[in-house]
Amino acid sequence: MSGDGVAAPAPRTGAPPPPAPDPWLRAAAIVASTLLLAFLALPFVALLLRVSPVQLVAALRGPVVLDALRLSLVTSLASTAIVVTLGLPLAYLLATREFRGKRVVEVLVDLPMVLPPTVAGFALLMAFGRAGLAGRTLAAFGWELPFTTAGVVVAQVFMSAPFLVGPARAGFAGVEPRLLDAAATLRAREAFTFFHVALPLAMPSIVTGAAMCCARALGEFGATITFAGNLEGSTQTMPLAVYVALQSDLDAAVALSVLLLLMAFGLLVGLRLAPAGSFWSSSRARAARR
Amino acid sequence: MLELRAASRLGSFTFEAELSLGERSVLVLVGESGSGKSTLLKLLAGLLRADSGRIAMEGETWFDTDTGAWRPAHERAVGYVSQDYALFPHLSVAGNVTFGLRAQGIERPERRRRVGAALERLGITALAQRRPHQLSGGQQQRVAIARAIVLEPRLLLLDEPLSALDASSRRAIRGELRRLLAELACTTVYVTHSPAEALAFGETITVLEAGRVSQTGSRDDLMRRPHSRYVAEFLGVNLFRGWRAPSAPVPPAGAARIALPEGELVLGDGLYDGDTSAIVHPREIVLARERPAGTARNVFEGAIDEIVPEPPDGHLMRVVLASRPPLIAEVTRAAVEALGLAPGTRVHASFKAAGVIVVSDPRAE
Repeated sequence: MSGDGVAAPAPRTGAPPPPAPDPWLRAAAIVASTLLLAFLALPFVALLLRVSPVQLVAALRGPVVLDALRLSLVTSLASTAIVVTLGLPLAYLLATREFRGKRVVEVLVDLPMVLPPTVAGFALLMAFGRAGLAGRTLAAFGWELPFTTAGVVVAQVFMSAPFLVGPARAGFAGVEPRLLDAAATLRAREAFTFFHVALPLAMPSIVTGAAMCCARALGEFGATITFAGNLEGSTQTMPLAVYVALQSDLDAAVALSVLLLLMAFGLLVGLRLAPAGSFWSSSRARAARR
Repeated sequence: MLELRAASRLGSFTFEAELSLGERSVLVLVGESGSGKSTLLKLLAGLLRADSGRIAMEGETWFDTDTGAWRPAHERAVGYVSQDYALFPHLSVAGNVTFGLRAQGIERPERRRRVGAALERLGITALAQRRPHQLSGGQQQRVAIARAIVLEPRLLLLDEPLSALDASSRRAIRGELRRLLAELACTTVYVTHSPAEALAFGETITVLEAGRVSQTGSRDDLMRRPHSRYVAEFLGVNLFRGWRAPSAPVPPAGAARIALPEGELVLGDGLYDGDTSAIVHPREIVLARERPAGTARNVFEGAIDEIVPEPPDGHLMRVVLASRPPLIAEVTRAAVEALGLAPGTRVHASFKAAGVIVVSDPRAE
């Protein structure tokens, strides 16, 4: 601390000033960005303009729409729960262990993200279809997956798992090893450390991953229609219902589309409103800081 | 009794050390960064496994490559305070301190009681509901120590516990930590790279150089007979503990004084009050047969007790003086011969006020 009050105002420290703008570059960037943003926004605007709130509510009352909505919610929540349960241990292993064949596992986990969904659905049929590799065994126990609601969940799990495993793995990898070491010297077994250190610290990434996984399951179309079919009430989820309604009942198609749009929008906004830090600085702690 | 013998190869770094430590005593481990201090602590904590060797604590074998014995970190009853404290950011202070008790499945009433006692002992009861990011460095360090000692460890490992603190809290906490360690009376390994801390905490000082123990001994041993240049530079210094009256008038430059139990010391800097430690490097000390008439402000007289050649080649000699206070000077072999110095010779030792480094001054650490 030295000589306050006499010196001229000190230059403000912090971020360096932005470089002098090149007017042409700036104009080009603005034009390009405006074009892309308009292109991205226009379809949503068109969709929303096509229907009035009254029409929307009326269309939502239709039995096809309600069935599809209910089915989509149930199946995507179920598949997200399955992916979280089976995916977190895998994500933790990938983040904390080195083992033989790790590369193969990594590629396998990411594969559904880049695979055309219809191909995925077809592959699922080959595996779990009545004459499929595992399907015959399942059939012997009286279990049938293709063209059932369970099949919808299977297709969604297959397609959405990478969306959880990726972020969750990054979250676990971001937990500092020194904290895991500290837990070990505090006599915690690894399972205790997993639930009380790794899981809470990775929670922001896990929540993001689960939301992306849920959104992917909600929007799943190709694998579902190939593996589970398009049976109203049991396998016709909202994206499938939109496709069918397009050919017969345009109002219902618009209503379903708007609904899906709002749900996706809600998920994204929800994630933005819950910034990473808020998971472990509780409201009480924040109040204490003030 | 703690015994360790370990050899490990980590890339190009080879670690090979052997040490033993009596029950309830404090071993201070010093060495430059990269000398293997943290490696040694991690081996003891069970966070690293040596390629070969054996670790035994009070008759329990924690690690033995001959029998294949291995006890993981969570079964070792070790308290480990790392350099950066490693507090759990998602837990409150109380949550951090209670973590180990919960991990062991201890019931809530006993947890409450023990956590309360540990917080109280470190004077952080008022911080119980805070999160680590709301604490100062010194407060975080207290939490880390409370978290370790609440489990009543048999072996306490402190990895440069004061190095992350700013200078003023370091000075305040050093004394407190020394009292706490004396109270706990738990076998402790204390790692530091600060000579002042080593001298303050060490009953036994072990020096690590390039992954090997180069010397173990009392402070006096290390000062009189350093086995390496590093030890001579680092610990082979004259240390004085004294006191400066806070009310003393501001002295003219170069005339500040510290009262010692035997005599007084003139130093070049008069900023520090109260308990003061100061070091004088042996190479700053000039020996003469007659009382010197030069500019040196500190002159002591005494008989030579011992003359010891210094590593690596014995070109330099350590002259141990039975003056009051006792002093160690470092002079060349040629000077010893020219002055005809031998044990029993009476000499005058002198050094300038500017040669005195006040170690209570954090800048000197």
